[in-house]
Amino acid sequence: MKAKAKGMRRLATALAAGLTTAAMAVPALAQNVGKPTDGGIALQPSAAPLKADAIWFHDIVLLPIITMITLFVLGLLIWVMVRYNKRSNPVPAKFSHNTAIEVIWTLVPVLILMVIAIFSFKLLFAYHDMPKPALTVKAIGYQWYWGYEYPDQEIAEITSTMLSEEEVAAKGLGSDLYRLAASEPLVVPVNKVVRVQVTAVDVIHNFAMPAFGLKTDAVPGRLNETWFKADRIGTFYGQCSELCGVKHAFMPIEIKVVSQGDFDAWVASKKAPPAPAATAAAPDASAPAVTPTAAPAAPVGAAQAAKL
Amino acid sequence: MAYAAAAHDDTDHKPGFFTRWFLSTNHKDIGTLYIIFAILAGIVGGALSGLIRWELAAPGVQIFAEGSSVSLMGLVEQSSHGYNAVVTAHALIMIFFMVMPAMIGGFGNWFVPIMIGAPDMAFPRMNNISFWLLVAAAVLLVMSMFTDGGPGIGFGGGWTIYPPLSTSGHTGPAMDLAIFALHLAGASSILGAINFITTIFNMRAPGMTIHRMPLFVWSVLITAFLLLLALPVLAGAITMLLTDRNFGTHFFDPAGGGDPVMFQHLFWFFGHPEVYILILPGFGMISQIVSTFSRKPVFGYLAMAYAMVAIGFVGFLVWAHHMYTVGMGINLRAYFVAATMVIAVPTGVKIFSWIATMWGGSIDFKTPMLWSIGFIFLFTVGGVTGVVLANAGIDYSLHDTYYVVAHFHYVLSLGAVFAIFAGFYYWFEKMWGVKYNEFLGAAHFWIMFVGVNIVFFPQHFLGLQGMPRRYVDYPEGFAYWNYVSSVGYVITVVGVVVFLAVLVEAAIRRRKAEANPWGEGATTLEWTLPSPPPFHQFNEPPVIGPDHH
Repeated sequence: MKAKAKGMRRLATALAAGLTTAAMAVPALAQNVGKPTDGGIALQPSAAPLKADAIWFHDIVLLPIITMITLFVLGLLIWVMVRYNKRSNPVPAKFSHNTAIEVIWTLVPVLILMVIAIFSFKLLFAYHDMPKPALTVKAIGYQWYWGYEYPDQEIAEITSTMLSEEEVAAKGLGSDLYRLAASEPLVVPVNKVVRVQVTAVDVIHNFAMPAFGLKTDAVPGRLNETWFKADRIGTFYGQCSELCGVKHAFMPIEIKVVSQGDFDAWVASKKAPPAPAATAAAPDASAPAVTPTAAPAAPVGAAQAAKL
Repeated sequence: MAYAAAAHDDTDHKPGFFTRWFLSTNHKDIGTLYIIFAILAGIVGGALSGLIRWELAAPGVQIFAEGSSVSLMGLVEQSSHGYNAVVTAHALIMIFFMVMPAMIGGFGNWFVPIMIGAPDMAFPRMNNISFWLLVAAAVLLVMSMFTDGGPGIGFGGGWTIYPPLSTSGHTGPAMDLAIFALHLAGASSILGAINFITTIFNMRAPGMTIHRMPLFVWSVLITAFLLLLALPVLAGAITMLLTDRNFGTHFFDPAGGGDPVMFQHLFWFFGHPEVYILILPGFGMISQIVSTFSRKPVFGYLAMAYAMVAIGFVGFLVWAHHMYTVGMGINLRAYFVAATMVIAVPTGVKIFSWIATMWGGSIDFKTPMLWSIGFIFLFTVGGVTGVVLANAGIDYSLHDTYYVVAHFHYVLSLGAVFAIFAGFYYWFEKMWGVKYNEFLGAAHFWIMFVGVNIVFFPQHFLGLQGMPRRYVDYPEGFAYWNYVSSVGYVITVVGVVVFLAVLVEAAIRRRKAEANPWGEGATTLEWTLPSPPPFHQFNEPPVIGPDHH
């Protein structure tokens, strides 16, 4: 940290650039799996434009500003401790007012906050302005799992529970996906606006997806709405983010972003009556093998077929 | 410690032990009771956070699992519910039974009457009721921790007690006991607030005008108004919760036309002023201490006082920034973003004014000053992360993550608690009539400073990576910084042990206290009295000259 702090002291621009690089370095490792990185110090990499905006706002606007303010206060404190301790300054001054400086330290923060507010409102309204959605899904929070509905596709509610440690291993997933991987992902097409309606049945849950910058309370008796547009194919993991009882930590959210063709095939497989395993597995066979999670998806398809 | 030291110092009449400590009407004795209570509560709350950091030191459920060593001792429930109950109890104890009693009940009772030149509080017997109601509240809360909550022993719905988790989600009586505990703690605080407001408005010595009051008195006055206005809202909300739970009402039950989100509005209308209640007296103490040890008057006295007024006022207008994700209208969210950022302005005025007070001073780095400088820096860190969280667009990524946990522990655990320790060392001789050991005091500061930063700074990283708060277990991707955080806890515990050593050392050595150990910088009225002050001070009110500030 110390070495890093020293490096930051040069220039504001250098600092901003450095941190952005640090933030961007992480996604290169795991391009298409959205999950936390052990030892990571920045926001999770984005897989949706809104999150990219949020990362920009945080890394380029907010973080440099708050770092500079903190270092400025620290510098002033160090200066007064060195210059005005009882050895270097045995006789204290008696002043207690300076109107000019008081006006400055009231107005300068106001200006800084106004700069922040410009970007902040832009981002807030970007979150609010949902383009015309191509797909509507409904996420329903239960103690302690998620239910997903595709009302327009007329797919019956899909139950998504957390995979046990053994199931994660059986699917060939890394142990770091335990407590993140779910039995059924929410499957969505890439580069399409997806409207998510969020509600809950028993207590308040929260539908959250760090890679998309998504966080919406699932409140019983309310239908909240949010949206995202995933800009890359892959599997992304989130976790329930409102305390919901005993197994609050064990109801992850898994969103699988696939091509439109794969999505259509998946929808067909979900709507089809109980069919031979081959039909269900077909979409997975045609899936582009870009992600490490695509390969073990076949057993999922089989399991879905068996369930239907 | 207090009474032992007091015994040989003054000659005025004191009641016997039971009457003095159990039927007390003396503001200094009640203040002492509050401080002892806060220290005990702090040890319990700190031990609970130890269970939290122990559990989170590594992925997997270790101590809140069947057959774990801690659960076999019967200390915790053998399930994840036990973890939730511990997190809830940690928060409630630290807020209602540690920080508030220490600052308002303890230092407020001890020094507000003295600083304004009053002989005691306006309503001495009500003062006694305030303290014992708090004890009753603590007993109820501890009972709640060992009562069936529904999913397990104790209430595990978080200190925010959001329904329906606190209604249909916790059907056992533990939640009802917690509600009663909050009712009594709230009544205690409201009575205390009335007492402080009356005292400060009516019992100032001749010449002690409002604008000559020490800033600590200002801070307690503003805090008292916040308590008076905020706590009845909490009382109403939890009463509705109680009737929802037991009498078939549906205030927060959508099945009967209610709305769970309404509770959140009521809760945070109380809850946000509450966090200023926790920190404002600290602001006041830091102002006194920085001025004393810089041997310089407070810079910008009026701006400092009215910055606190502004913080208190705006504090009532920003509550829903805790609720950006509940599904509020876009204009409401935009308003709360703007209003929240406004608070940074008076807070900045305070930070810069403290530094300007030191500027040109002749700073003596005694233990209270170390804590104060530590406070100013760490509160700045907690403040700027607050500005980050104020932005709803970022909050969608950070809401309910460890970033929030880090933020509020920087302003409260490292802010309010550092202020409490600063005040405790500042007034140590005055209250207990003996001196503390400077070396041990400084050691306490440095160990705590390192420890708490290692606990909480990495939690920013966890939050940015997306780790949700109130999680008993987490994926491996959060393992490293959680481990570091838990290591920091161990260092902090060493600091607390040094603190206890300070108390024991001072009690054994009994170095005679001076009336004013801090010299010319200490200008407030408590330093004109002997240490400890006589049982009743200012039988003749002091007259305050115009040059007090």
